Amino acid sequence: MAAVTTTTTTTTRVRPTGRRPLTPGRVLAWTAMGAIVLVTLLPFYWILRTALSTNSGLAAHASDPLPVNPTGTGFARALGLESTKEAIAQGGAGGGLKFWRYLLNSVIVSTLVTVCQIFFSAMAAYAFARLRWRGRDKVFALFLAGLMVPTIFTLLPNFVLIKELGLIDNLLGIALPTMFMTPFAVFFLRQFFMNVPREVEEAALLDGAGKVRIFFRVLLPMASTPVLTLAVLTYITSWNDYFWPLMVSYSDNSRVLTVALAIFRAQTPQSGVDWSGLMAATLIAALPMLVLFGFFARRIVSTISFTGIK
Amino acid sequence: MTIASSSPPSRLPLSGAEGARTEPSTKRGSGGSSGGDGRLAAVFIAPALVGFVVFLLWPTLRGIYLSFTRFNLLTPAEWVGLANYDRMIHDPIFWESLKVTVEYVVINIGVQTVSALAIAVLLQRLTQSAVLRGIVLTPYLMSNVVAGLVWLWILDNQLGIGNEIISGLGFDRIPFLADETWAIPTIALINVWRHVGYTALLLFAGLMAIPNDMYEAAKVDGASEWRMFWRITMPLLRPVLAVVLIMTVIGSFQVFDTVAVTTAGGPANATNVLQFYIYQSAFGRFQFGYASAMSVALLVVLSAITVLQYRLTRAGQTDLG
Repeated sequence: MAAVTTTTTTTTRVRPTGRRPLTPGRVLAWTAMGAIVLVTLLPFYWILRTALSTNSGLAAHASDPLPVNPTGTGFARALGLESTKEAIAQGGAGGGLKFWRYLLNSVIVSTLVTVCQIFFSAMAAYAFARLRWRGRDKVFALFLAGLMVPTIFTLLPNFVLIKELGLIDNLLGIALPTMFMTPFAVFFLRQFFMNVPREVEEAALLDGAGKVRIFFRVLLPMASTPVLTLAVLTYITSWNDYFWPLMVSYSDNSRVLTVALAIFRAQTPQSGVDWSGLMAATLIAALPMLVLFGFFARRIVSTISFTGIK
Repeated sequence: MTIASSSPPSRLPLSGAEGARTEPSTKRGSGGSSGGDGRLAAVFIAPALVGFVVFLLWPTLRGIYLSFTRFNLLTPAEWVGLANYDRMIHDPIFWESLKVTVEYVVINIGVQTVSALAIAVLLQRLTQSAVLRGIVLTPYLMSNVVAGLVWLWILDNQLGIGNEIISGLGFDRIPFLADETWAIPTIALINVWRHVGYTALLLFAGLMAIPNDMYEAAKVDGASEWRMFWRITMPLLRPVLAVVLIMTVIGSFQVFDTVAVTTAGGPANATNVLQFYIYQSAFGRFQFGYASAMSVALLVVLSAITVLQYRLTRAGQTDLG
C-alpha cells in the first residue's frame, strides 16, 4: 500500500519524504549522507577521546578508539590547575591557560561587538529604510561600497589607528573596529525593515506614537528572528576571530581564547607535543559556541536556509 | 517537455546590491527635499556612520597612502613613491606567496563547491531534516584555530589516527603538513571541512526557491534524479551558485589562521600565503609600508574578482530569462 502515502500534496517547503521505495540510488544517497555526517562529527569525538587520555597512553595505543588510561589531567593542565612540576611530568609545558580570564575576555569582546553592532546597525537600517532625509541614497550607496573592501585591507591601518588611540592590549581596542556597524548588518536589516508593511507604522502613528517609539516598540520587536540569527552569527564570528586579536593583544589583559589556544600550542614541547592537554584546551575553547548553537540551532538553521544570510 | 525553460525563481536571496528594493511610494506630500525626518535620521545614523568613516573609509584611504611610504610605527611615515611596489615586483617571495595562495584558493574552492553542492542537493532531495542541517553546520562553530589544531593532531605523522589508518591499510605514512607538496592541499581541505556546511546551507537556500512542482512534473515524465539535477537544479541555481562561489573565493583569499597554527608558513615557504607574508612583513620586520603595498595588491586582485562576480551573475540571469 505504499502508493497511498503520496496523498500529501506539496506545500512547497515541507515535502513528503517518508516511505519512498528504497531504490539503489536512494541507498547510495543515504550512504553518502552518512559518510558526510561521519566526517563532520568524528573529529569532535577524537578531541574528546584524546583529551581524556594520558600522553604516555596515546603514544602506546595511538589507534585505540576509546580513551587510553582515562584521566582528567589534560583538562587540569589546560585550565592551569596543575603545578608546573606535575604538568611537565605528564608531558605538558609549564604554563597553562588562565582559562577563566581568557573566557571572560572573549565574552566581553563578543558581547560588546554583538550588542553594539546589531543595535547601531539596526538604527542605521531603520534610518535608511523608513526615514526621509536628504542624501539618504548617496550615503547608503557609500555603505554598500564598503561591503566590497576586504577585511584584510583595513587591518593594518586599523592597527596603526588603535595604536595611536592607545588601545593596544586593551579589550576595547579589539572590539572597536567592528562595534559600530558592518555594511552587511546594515544592509541585511534594512532589507527586513523595507518589507514590513507601511500600515503597521501608520496605525502606530495614528495612535500618537513618535518615530523613535515606533522603532523601539514596533519594528525592532518584529525583527526579532532576523536580529537573533544575525546576533548569533556575529557572536560566533567575533568569538572565533584570531587575526585581529592576535595583532592587538600582547598580554593576559586582553588575550582572548583563540589567541590563548594558539599560544598554548606554541608552548607545548616540539618533540612530543602535549596532545592530551592541547585537545582538552581545544574542547574547552570550542564548547561555549557549541552550547550557544545548541540553544538556537533550529531557528538559525532555518533562517540561513530560507534567506541565505551571508 | 523542456523543464529548464521555465522562469527562474524570482527571489534570489543571495544577490547583494541588486536585491535592494525601492521604498514603497507612499511618501506624503509634506515630505519635500529638506526631509521631514532629517534631524532624527542624523541621530539614528550617527553611530554607524562614525564607525564606517573611522574604521572602514579612513583606513582604506590610509592603507593606500601607507603603501607609498616607509613606515615602521616608531617614526613618522616617510614618502618613498613607488619604491614598495618596485620592491614587490622584484620580490620572489611575494610571487611565491601569491602562487601558493592561488593554489590554496583553487583547491579549497574546487573541493568546497562540489561538496557543498552535493550536500545541498542531498539535503533538498533526500530529506529536509533540520537536525541534519544543524549537524552539517557544526564545524562552522569552531574557530579556524581549533579546526587547525584538531586536524594537526589527526594527521600527525607518528600518532595521528589518520596516519594510523593509512599505515594500517599497508601504505606509507604521509607527512601531511610537513611536506612541501602535501601542506597546501592539506590546509585547503581542513578549511573545506570547517566551511563546507555553511556554504551548503547557502546553496540550500537557493534550492528552496525552486518550486517543487518542477521536480514532480519531471518525475511524471520519467526523468531520473541525475537528469533532474542537470536540467532543473543546475540551471536554476546558477545565479545563486555564482554569487556563493565569488563570496567564498574572496573569503578564501584571506586565509591566515589555519596556516598560522599549523605550519607557520613552512616548510620552506610552501604555505607562506600572501596574508601570512603581509603579517610577517608588518609585525616580524616592521615594514608596514611594504606590507601595505602587498595589501593593495591583494585588494586589486579581489576587486577584479568582484567585477567578475557581477559579470557572472548577470550572465547567469540573462541565460535563464
